[in-house]
Amino acid sequence: MNRVTLVRLAVIAGFVVVIEALCRFGAINPLTLLPPSEMAAHLLALLASGEINEAMAGTFSNVAIAFALSVVVGFAVGVVIHALPRLRRVCDPLLASYYSVPVFVFYPLLVSLLGLNRWPLVAIGFMFGVTAMVIATLNGLDRVPRVLLKLARVHRMSRSAEVLRIVLPAAAPNLFTGGKLALAYAFIGVIAGEFILSGGGLGYAIAYAYDAFDNRTMYALMLFVLIVVTAVNAALYVWEQRLLRRRGRG
Amino acid sequence: MSVAPETSGSAPLIAGDTSASAPRQSAQRFLDGLAFLVVLVALWQLVYWKSEVAITGPVETVETAVALLGSENFWRHALASGRAFGASLILSCAGGVAIGLALGAHRFSGAVAAPMLTALYTIPKVTLYPMVLLVFGLGISAKVAFGVMHGIIPVVIFTMDAVRNINPVLLKTARVLKLSPAQTAARILIPAVTPEIVTGLRVGFSLTLLGVIIGEMFASQQGLGFLIINGMNVHDVRTLTAVVLLLVLFAVASSSVLLALERRLNTARRATDATVGLP
Amino acid sequence: MSESHAELRGVSKIFPAAGGQEAVHALGPVDLDLAKGEFVAVVGPSGCGKSTLPEILAGLTAPSAGSISFEGRPVKGDVPAGIGVVFQEDASLPWLTVWDNIAFGLRRGGTETGEIRRRVREALSFMGLDGFARAYPAQLSGGMRQRVCIARTLVLEPRLILLDEPFGALDQQTRLLMGDELLRLWRTTGATIFLITHAIDEAVMLADRVAVMSARPGACIDMVTTGWGPDRDSRVVADTKFGELTARVWTRLRDESLKSLGRGADRARVPAAVPA
Repeated sequence: MNRVTLVRLAVIAGFVVVIEALCRFGAINPLTLLPPSEMAAHLLALLASGEINEAMAGTFSNVAIAFALSVVVGFAVGVVIHALPRLRRVCDPLLASYYSVPVFVFYPLLVSLLGLNRWPLVAIGFMFGVTAMVIATLNGLDRVPRVLLKLARVHRMSRSAEVLRIVLPAAAPNLFTGGKLALAYAFIGVIAGEFILSGGGLGYAIAYAYDAFDNRTMYALMLFVLIVVTAVNAALYVWEQRLLRRRGRG
Repeated sequence: MSVAPETSGSAPLIAGDTSASAPRQSAQRFLDGLAFLVVLVALWQLVYWKSEVAITGPVETVETAVALLGSENFWRHALASGRAFGASLILSCAGGVAIGLALGAHRFSGAVAAPMLTALYTIPKVTLYPMVLLVFGLGISAKVAFGVMHGIIPVVIFTMDAVRNINPVLLKTARVLKLSPAQTAARILIPAVTPEIVTGLRVGFSLTLLGVIIGEMFASQQGLGFLIINGMNVHDVRTLTAVVLLLVLFAVASSSVLLALERRLNTARRATDATVGLP
Repeated sequence: MSESHAELRGVSKIFPAAGGQEAVHALGPVDLDLAKGEFVAVVGPSGCGKSTLPEILAGLTAPSAGSISFEGRPVKGDVPAGIGVVFQEDASLPWLTVWDNIAFGLRRGGTETGEIRRRVREALSFMGLDGFARAYPAQLSGGMRQRVCIARTLVLEPRLILLDEPFGALDQQTRLLMGDELLRLWRTTGATIFLITHAIDEAVMLADRVAVMSARPGACIDMVTTGWGPDRDSRVVADTKFGELTARVWTRLRDESLKSLGRGADRARVPAAVPA
């Protein structure tokens, strides 16, 4: 483990220790913030008791659906836009400004359209993540080196062979990045949605605990969400590094 | 530019439709864009006809929006949002650039911080909102905190990357030309990092707006975010849709201005590369 | 004279106007004959369209005028079987090992597994890549990656091999050694070789005939027959004829290069060269 990683771990550990100390010695009001150790302890208790299983299932399933939709639809749309240069010229500025719009403002509209159930949540997660996938697909297809396309013709490859054996592998790094982003955004979209609109899931559980002045549960759940999201993103990152290391290009 | 090989023999350098001259091409783009917009509005109208209760049609929305723009109540809320947004924007940009410059210049700190920043970027910061409320209370400072939470990180990341990616050849050139530190900073370093920093500011702008609006949506009695959620709670879909439309127009307009500025500074890079902005 | 293996007749290429730039008459008209088993090189100033020649010959680009034929049949739109191309840019597939890269063309052609293994192993040792079969291109130097690309072309046993400045990215010494390898390849396979290069010494050293191109629009202004024996290698540089031939080529080329750099040619008197 190199120096950078060590220092990083030290910084994080130090931060946690400082917060713990400040809380324990009363420098921070216990009504505002709990000591991290208490957060962790309560989280373990919650997990053990199975109390939050339903919320977990709700959130994770929503995220999974939103993610899957984002990736599939985003990839398909990206391919179509890439194939039609005129359409692309129109879409480029739209794609560039897409994330400037706070997508959450459509949330009430989605509730009106889809009802007060999981689908507005999935829709928000989807809307947040799909554009990242479209952009990543466009970038990936752009970056297929032209010489490899010429190579495909020299090898007299059929169009489908060219796509499967040259275009997709060449675009794969970008597509993977798109997938990572789509997942991160699906989490953000779904949990923020659950927050704003009571319904179910971890976001709602946090908001409920906040309203009920149940700081212990609130912080435990916040910690849980942070750990899960960080762990998933870290796992994807490691996987990506392993896949890309062979190629030498990050 | 299409990279699909064309079997009828494509010139290696030029692809796509090459027959039009430059002014004809931009006229065509404008018309294409207009056509696209018309299609979107038409779709909107169709959805409206299919589910009248749930949504308002384009015409009514525009009417309501125009009415809102004349109403004092609306502007009270808009200004509340504007104040919070303005304050967070200044903090995000100034703070972000300062931190980014420091992390970029000090290599080791930058290396330590980089993955932590990426992690912060991807976690749902909404999760932390209750804690922010507990710390800041239920006022404008909480909203500013939300905005800064969201907006500062991309500014830091982009600024840091810009500094780290300064081509060492440029620094060597400065030394060969015997430039003073001030001259090096002004003539070489600042122009070198500005394009990427502007990209970061653009992303930061959008995310700050997002943070402020979300904050208003669930923890405020004032502001555009509140108007939207309130519209939903009292089933006033007309106002809700009109406010959403105004907000979207604002976001797209400001983003386009920033994009144009960015493009002028950075002709080499395609802006869509940087939109999503994770390093 | 033996029947031509490949022919270019009246070939020219005009790139249409686009994006504010005018149309570019890059090439032609060019007439060229390649005899079976011949090694022909093309040198010319930058921008003379010489890179377009192999693309047109292989059918990757359609000419604006003229016709191309390979083994008696016209080339139009698709790349005919039996032609191999080595590009200037690195065309190794970064996600495949060296072995898989080389086997790439064979696997799709329905060649039987045992035969694939045999040919790939042969190509590996022929190109000096033994021991690198499991490596990825990212772990290799530029020269080795080009060797992988050449090996990949080789296993398909092409009858005509087109090389577009294949050693452009390499340093001089590596280039000279790769030139020797190219000659070895040529002798072993008996294929017709068509090499595009900007390096005059390389062209004169390796080829049976050297075509000299003018500045844009590129046309053949001289054809120099080197007359080397088939057993040659880079040591022909010691032969006095090498200096004479190189001088002849450069004399023709110098004016054209100046033109392509934008300045006018000197009025130095140059004996009119007769195509050999």
